[in-house]
Amino acid sequence: MIAPLGLGLAVFYLWPIAQTFYFGFTEWGPFGGSEWTGLANYERLLADEEVWTALRNSIAYTALVLLGVPVAIVFAALLNQRRLRGRGIFRTVYFLPVVTMPSAVAMLWQYLYNGDFGVLNQLLALVGVDGPSWVSDPRTAIYALAAIGVWMAFGYNLVILMAGLQNVPKQLYEASAIDGAGPVRQFVSITVPMLSPTIFFVSVISVIGTLQMFDLVYLMMPAGSPALPATQTIVHLFYSTSFVRNDPGYGAAIAFVLFVVIALLTAVQFRIQRRWVHYV
Amino acid sequence: MYSRRWALAASYAVLLVGALLVVGPFVWQALTSVKSFQDSVRIPPVVLPSPWDWSGYARVFEVMPLGRQFVNTVLMAGGRTIAQLIFCSLAAFAFARLEFPGRRFFFGLFLVVLMVPSQLFVIPQFLIMQQLGWLNTIQALIVPGMFSAFGTFLLRQFFVGLPRELDEAAELDGCGPLQRYWRILLPLSRPGLIALAVLTLLWSWNDLMWPLIVNTDPEMMTLSAGLAALSGQHNIEYPALMAGSLMATAPVIVIFAILQKQVIEGIANTGGKS
Repeated sequence: MIAPLGLGLAVFYLWPIAQTFYFGFTEWGPFGGSEWTGLANYERLLADEEVWTALRNSIAYTALVLLGVPVAIVFAALLNQRRLRGRGIFRTVYFLPVVTMPSAVAMLWQYLYNGDFGVLNQLLALVGVDGPSWVSDPRTAIYALAAIGVWMAFGYNLVILMAGLQNVPKQLYEASAIDGAGPVRQFVSITVPMLSPTIFFVSVISVIGTLQMFDLVYLMMPAGSPALPATQTIVHLFYSTSFVRNDPGYGAAIAFVLFVVIALLTAVQFRIQRRWVHYV
Repeated sequence: MYSRRWALAASYAVLLVGALLVVGPFVWQALTSVKSFQDSVRIPPVVLPSPWDWSGYARVFEVMPLGRQFVNTVLMAGGRTIAQLIFCSLAAFAFARLEFPGRRFFFGLFLVVLMVPSQLFVIPQFLIMQQLGWLNTIQALIVPGMFSAFGTFLLRQFFVGLPRELDEAAELDGCGPLQRYWRILLPLSRPGLIALAVLTLLWSWNDLMWPLIVNTDPEMMTLSAGLAALSGQHNIEYPALMAGSLMATAPVIVIFAILQKQVIEGIANTGGKS
């Protein structure tokens, strides 16, 4: 009964992983055909400024998108209040960007971010701020893209955090209320510690997801955009190396670097969690 | 008591501001789709179009083969979803209920696929499509996505949570594994199957990198790739772009609206992302 799926996974996933690992040690000619070059790709990679910049950008996105997690925790706690009405409606609304096609999202934000007639700058002008061309200005582009990343991930994180809150015993809140704890004190002393396994899970998922960011950069940075070097992620570089510049050997090496970075950062998170995650 | 009421009022205020930040851009998108080009770039901006101009909805069909790309996207998302429901549920049943040699080893292999970033298999997948002569075909869009370690994992968790007594009783009555799978576990797993179906539909519908790689002919593109190509060439025709992206998004928003309970539970239970 596992044969059909097992075969499919073996042909399209497991064997390709081994092949990609092998490709990382090869160089591809312009007419197909590849040649074993040993560690040449990895040596080239270490000296390649483009790779390091892309890696730095990916890590910067990850840090910026993680800033959205505390906000999602607060919102989850607000929505968890017993006397609050319209919980389902709020949750649905916040979830909309999660299900919207990234191509459509990028198009929409490009319009909102436009330097001249974009709504964002027109709103800023009302308070006397002269906003830049957010997406094409290399100084602001990465923040503009990360903000969309937060906007798209928010509802997703919120839903997982709200599910985690279901497991926090109500008696804790009742007992602390009798002891005179206000909502802020309850949030700090009960919600956050009791929710810490879920917060940890959401952080791990966000890091893994954001390190693989591709869509927004591809969609919002036309080739030759002055802001491309400041926003290019490692997966975008992987894509353009493998499929645009037709250099899949080097692309495979980049993919493995990404894999190692993800594994390392996830391992680091699992190390740090011992200090702050409380399992009941 | 007054402070409690104020706390609740403040909560509503914060939640409403958040909701506005989410909904605002979508409202602006919808309004722009019915503006004339001049109104879409006016400074200061006009909120309501004057007069309403629906020509963006026609114009977008001129600049991209939207109908054709819609069909491609439906076939891709539908094909992947149906295949995953069959293949993943069969394998999930085997992992949850059957004893066979190497079970742990095979499950370990599944977890490897689940944890590795997709960039590690996409180059060979492309080469397979190329060798089969499948570039710019519907099957290139569908086939690799028919198999999912995530889907198997999700359904296995669901099957493991169902009481064993039911299918043990069926086994005593002489039911083989296939019958237990088909007659007992599948009917009990409707929520899990729906969650997998909707998640697969959603992620497939919105998928960008794979369709970009295999299908470069506009006639064979999916909506997500088609919109991406469009914004490169016509990046100033905002009413048409907004109309196109609204039409491309609408079907999944409707499906989500109908089945949101299952989607949200599926994500809450698994953190699911394919």
